[in-house]
Amino acid sequence: MNNEFNLNHLYFLMQGVGWTVILSLMAFAGGGLLGFGVALARISRSRTLRWLALAYVQLVQGTPLLILMFLSYFGLSIMGLSLPAIVAAGLSMTIYVSAYIGEIWRGCIEAVPKTQWEAAECLALTRTQRLFMVILPQALRIATPPTVGFMVQIVKNTSLASVVGFVELARAGQIINNSLFEPFVVYMLVAGLYFLLCFPLSWWARKLENRLLAGRKPEPELKKGIGNVQYCES
Amino acid sequence: MTYKFDFAAVLAQWPLFLHGAWLTIQLAVIATLLGFLIGTLCAFGRGSRNGWIAQACSIYVETIRNTPLLVQIFIVYFGLSSLGLKVPAYVAAIAALVINIGAYTTEIMRAGIDSIHKGQIEAAECLALSRLQVYWHVILRPAMERVYPALTSQFVLLMLASSITSQISAEELTAIANRVQSDTYRSFETYIVVAVFYLMLSLLMRLGFWAIGQAVFTRRRRLGTTM
Amino acid sequence: MSNIVNLENVHKSFGSLNVLKGVSFQVKKGQVVAIIGRSGSGKSTALRCINRLEVIDSGLIEVCGRRVSDPLIDLRGLRRDVGIVFQSYNLFPHLTVQENITLAPRAAKGKSRAEALELARIVLRQVGLADKAQAYPEQLSGGQQQRVAIARSLAMEPQVMLFDEVTSALDPQLTGEVLKVIEELAAGGMTMVLVTHEMAFARKVADVVIFMHEGRIWETGTGDMLLNPQTAELQQFVDNGL
Repeated sequence: MNNEFNLNHLYFLMQGVGWTVILSLMAFAGGGLLGFGVALARISRSRTLRWLALAYVQLVQGTPLLILMFLSYFGLSIMGLSLPAIVAAGLSMTIYVSAYIGEIWRGCIEAVPKTQWEAAECLALTRTQRLFMVILPQALRIATPPTVGFMVQIVKNTSLASVVGFVELARAGQIINNSLFEPFVVYMLVAGLYFLLCFPLSWWARKLENRLLAGRKPEPELKKGIGNVQYCES
Repeated sequence: MTYKFDFAAVLAQWPLFLHGAWLTIQLAVIATLLGFLIGTLCAFGRGSRNGWIAQACSIYVETIRNTPLLVQIFIVYFGLSSLGLKVPAYVAAIAALVINIGAYTTEIMRAGIDSIHKGQIEAAECLALSRLQVYWHVILRPAMERVYPALTSQFVLLMLASSITSQISAEELTAIANRVQSDTYRSFETYIVVAVFYLMLSLLMRLGFWAIGQAVFTRRRRLGTTM
Repeated sequence: MSNIVNLENVHKSFGSLNVLKGVSFQVKKGQVVAIIGRSGSGKSTALRCINRLEVIDSGLIEVCGRRVSDPLIDLRGLRRDVGIVFQSYNLFPHLTVQENITLAPRAAKGKSRAEALELARIVLRQVGLADKAQAYPEQLSGGQQQRVAIARSLAMEPQVMLFDEVTSALDPQLTGEVLKVIEELAAGGMTMVLVTHEMAFARKVADVVIFMHEGRIWETGTGDMLLNPQTAELQQFVDNGL
């Protein structure tokens, strides 16, 4: 059966784009919330909390997202729950995002000069007040470029939700290809759509970074090690 | 929850997993070496005075960094075969991984190269070193030392991302996991075991890179500081 | 031709900024020439034109019998004959002092490892840093780094050495050790062109002192010229102690 690529197919792909965006936002929201907790735990005064958070991050960062997808998909089913694929996809993406964004934000919090902590302490603020009133607002400014940059990773990583059957853009492409048998055209089109989603974010992230580093040499770029999420794969 | 965990059936397959881990390592190492080569060449290309070369490299990097690896793999594998070039899944997997890591390496190496002070290059040229000698002794060597952490963490991520090649049936750890879970009906346990294997692999890789770094970068080993 | 360096009517502009407006001077073999002047007078630019770090717009530059102004010049050959020491030392941070010094003799002059090591030993002794061969630049003081930079250039056995304000970036206490090395080199007969702010040093060591002002050579003479300025500009320069 060899159909021609028609408007229906395009419409189907655009629906995939829509679900990609929805899953990305879910991942960002859920992962962001959890990740914020991870970041706070990583700088906590409690040694146990710090170690737990570190273990969590190392565990998640040392596992491929694909495996996390399978784990949440099959994990949910053995709990007797019969949920739509988007739940498994959302769950694994949330965990994945939380580990990486948690590390990014921890780095940004630690990038705020120690003198700010000292100044706040000398103003008789409690630790929580210091954190939320003095440090975090500054960390927020530093965190904006890498967070926007990481959003690109999120969008790209949603493509793996296709393996648990969630019909986002990549899966939509696979389905169309199964009826058209034109993989080159179909997947180039899919790649193009991802590019249209991601490139503006990448460009914006770069612009934010340049603005932040105006006048300063971009040293942080070079010193990142494991947990360097600006380059994470997929 | 009435589910009874049964790891025994899965763990009995450990030779298969080991073999899969070995295949994954091979995939990762080959892709890393080739990708590093391409990335370094492209990094120089990006700074080239020839406008066409610089533009071409930029387009390559931006395209790869703004599209998912899964789709890139599909294009390389299915796309090429539909154009008449039949490649085995393993080759397509390596090709797609190399193209992918090449783009990220370009960015990292570019940052490293840009961090080299103009004065260094002037001094080297005034010592009568040839263009190639300047590139190697004064630009590449210190640049690589500077970006080594970022570079090696990228390579570890590549190894983890190689799991995606299972989607075109390339032989590696995840593909083997898929087979085992369909044979044993113990999906959750299988993927837990495989996750542990990947964790071991990333630990191994990080250790390996650290050791290489200590051996190669004598300055870092002796002084313990970053440049 | 005992002129190691010959500049005739050299003009150089950076865009619309006219930096050198007809500079001419000669350096004979074994001579030490000091170029002094305010910032922006063009003295560093004139120096950098000598080994073609800057390309002149018009005029003639000849160094060791080579025509520097010729676009087809053998650049590496020129740079084997002309050594230069920079204000910011520009040592290679990832190499030890010894490796910094032996790199160019081995790579650019084809010396064997043993020959290069021997050269390094000699020049390090000359600058008084024989015990620092295995140190990295970041472990050394500014004065030590600059002396290593001088040693690195010396190891190439150049016919003429250029010094571009080599003490300007140093703490005052460290200037002395570098100036001492330069003085010893001069006494040993090395042909040198120095751009410097150290007027007392220029008077003591230089055979010829050139005062540059707004891209031109304003006065030339021996060190005593500084005690007896002929022009108002030099008088003002000396008075300001710049």
